Amino acid sequence: MAAPTREQQVEWYRQMVLIREFEEACYHLYAQKRITGVYLHLYSGHEAVGVGAVAAMERGKDHIITAYRDHGVGLAVGVEAKYLMSEMMGRRDGVSGGKGGSMHLASREHNFWGGYAIVGGHLPLATGIALANQYNQTGGVVISFIGDGATNNGYFHESLNLSGVWKLPVVWIIENNLYGMGTEIIRSAGNPILHKRAAGYGVRDMERVDGQNILAMHAAVKEAIEYARTEGPVLIEAMTYRYYGHGVSDKQYDTRLADELAQWKAEKDPIHLFRSKLVGRYKNIELELNRLDDDAKKQVAEAVEFAEASPLPRTMDELLSNIYVD
Amino acid sequence: MATKNLPMREALRKALMEEMHRDQRVFIMGQEVGYWQGTHRVTRGFIEEFGEKRVRDTPISEMAIGGAAVGAAMAGLRPIAEFMTINFAFLALDAIVNHAAKIHYMFDGMFKVPLVFRAASGWGDQATASHSHAPEPIFAHFPGLYVGCPATAGDAYGMLKTSIRDDNPVLFSESIALYAKPGPVPDDDNYLIPVGKADIKRPGRHVSLITYARGLEWSLLAAKELEKDGIDCEVVDLRWLRPLDTALVFESFKKTGRAVIVEESLPFYSFGSELAAQIQEHCFDYMDAPIKRVSSLDVPLPYSRHIELMALPNAEKVVAAVKEIL
Repeated sequence: MAAPTREQQVEWYRQMVLIREFEEACYHLYAQKRITGVYLHLYSGHEAVGVGAVAAMERGKDHIITAYRDHGVGLAVGVEAKYLMSEMMGRRDGVSGGKGGSMHLASREHNFWGGYAIVGGHLPLATGIALANQYNQTGGVVISFIGDGATNNGYFHESLNLSGVWKLPVVWIIENNLYGMGTEIIRSAGNPILHKRAAGYGVRDMERVDGQNILAMHAAVKEAIEYARTEGPVLIEAMTYRYYGHGVSDKQYDTRLADELAQWKAEKDPIHLFRSKLVGRYKNIELELNRLDDDAKKQVAEAVEFAEASPLPRTMDELLSNIYVD
Repeated sequence: MATKNLPMREALRKALMEEMHRDQRVFIMGQEVGYWQGTHRVTRGFIEEFGEKRVRDTPISEMAIGGAAVGAAMAGLRPIAEFMTINFAFLALDAIVNHAAKIHYMFDGMFKVPLVFRAASGWGDQATASHSHAPEPIFAHFPGLYVGCPATAGDAYGMLKTSIRDDNPVLFSESIALYAKPGPVPDDDNYLIPVGKADIKRPGRHVSLITYARGLEWSLLAAKELEKDGIDCEVVDLRWLRPLDTALVFESFKKTGRAVIVEESLPFYSFGSELAAQIQEHCFDYMDAPIKRVSSLDVPLPYSRHIELMALPNAEKVVAAVKEIL
């Protein structure tokens, strides 16, 4: 595999800082009740996982699906921040017309099949989308993210097994941020080394990958996709950490783990690590990265402005449309 | 129209066979649908006719069967997922209710979910409590899903074809007790019964027997019996629980002023309670008597034959109910 170019890496950095800015903005907007939904699950800390995986996709051919922590994937695949922010705020210009909210972002044109809110519920959807690709011989592969908490429900076992039986082109990526809501892995999994479960289902085990290292993520997912395209399903366990608890309302939980969180931020922040790497490797890149930092802030500010100006759905027609296909 | 006399099982088989020849995107998945020839023999000969790609035996994984059908439908195929019995569809309730029924709405029309969940349904024959459900009203509770419950071979044929060609998800219930029952089936590849269209199976003047699926048999037998006493029953077969053809129900009720609702399912929060509420709300001025309901008794079904039969509806119970309100 060719090493990623400077240009590619700068693009990945751009996406990562955009996600970070977007999520910081969401956090504050939620506190200010400008985002009013109950649920808001932020991707801060996970950026290298999502951006690395999306970077490994062959765009227009491969597919991606995830759970409710879905803002990062939406931005990484290239949905404009203003349409995602509009969805957060329940506006007409939101990607789901204000009907989905934070947990149900999607973009058919980007092969982003959505965020889903029932833990594990999207995993069989991934097998079905992969089946359609196999059936129609498109050569497309489906990346499906899996929260570590989802590995203990029936959807995980049934979907991985079905992918193994039918040799479906799926790359399963566990985003292991060490907690299923508030329960540590060690209190919820009989064997906390989650990738080992692949063996039970005839799924290739690609073991653990450092999810804070975007280069490692990209390389692993690239290899996994190429394997899945011709041979069948693969499982990767990406080790990562979330900065804002399970959802933004989990204050108590955050406080309890303040030291652990501070250590991850100081030592393993995916953006800082990547930035240092780029600065060490490429002369004169710092100004360019600074500019991307500023651009991200500006873009998010514009997205918020756009979203707040977008109308809220208010009519009975809007309430009742798209229950059925006419 | 020319017809052939076929058991309902063969009518369903004919519909599936024709639709699979008509549209390459249609495929069948489920437990024992292939080499076993279908638990109820509806897919007899399919694996030989269409091969493993389009007739897919699955593991015993209802959650994955339900969810994979949703994903495949979203990605452009037209899956028919079979639940060996509707009791097992409870395991897939999340895939059916939270995903199949809601995805079109949740993403404001971005995705379509054109699929059919077929399920063999019904009480009786000492199948015992966990294998003895006719829970169609549960599924009809949720907007986004259609629910079809044919009572005759001809209706089964036309309704299944419609369900396969429709762009919405359909829960298609097949009464096990009716599989062997013969009836005229139109000799027409394009015989389609529109969703939500009920049918008067017997016109009458004195009382409306409103029913679906297996209840039709009890209602027609009761009508024949009551004829001897000069009581003229109108038998309305709803066919679809969603959409519900309330227009035809109201029309019939306004003519007769009396109704007995006949269903195989349980009495609490049921088809009968919904219809009774709707009739009193819309036809109050036409009511000549209280609305009666005949259903299974409010009890889990036991094994032993005598007490099992006591719990089930039958023609005699319908006759008695009619006599109470005349």
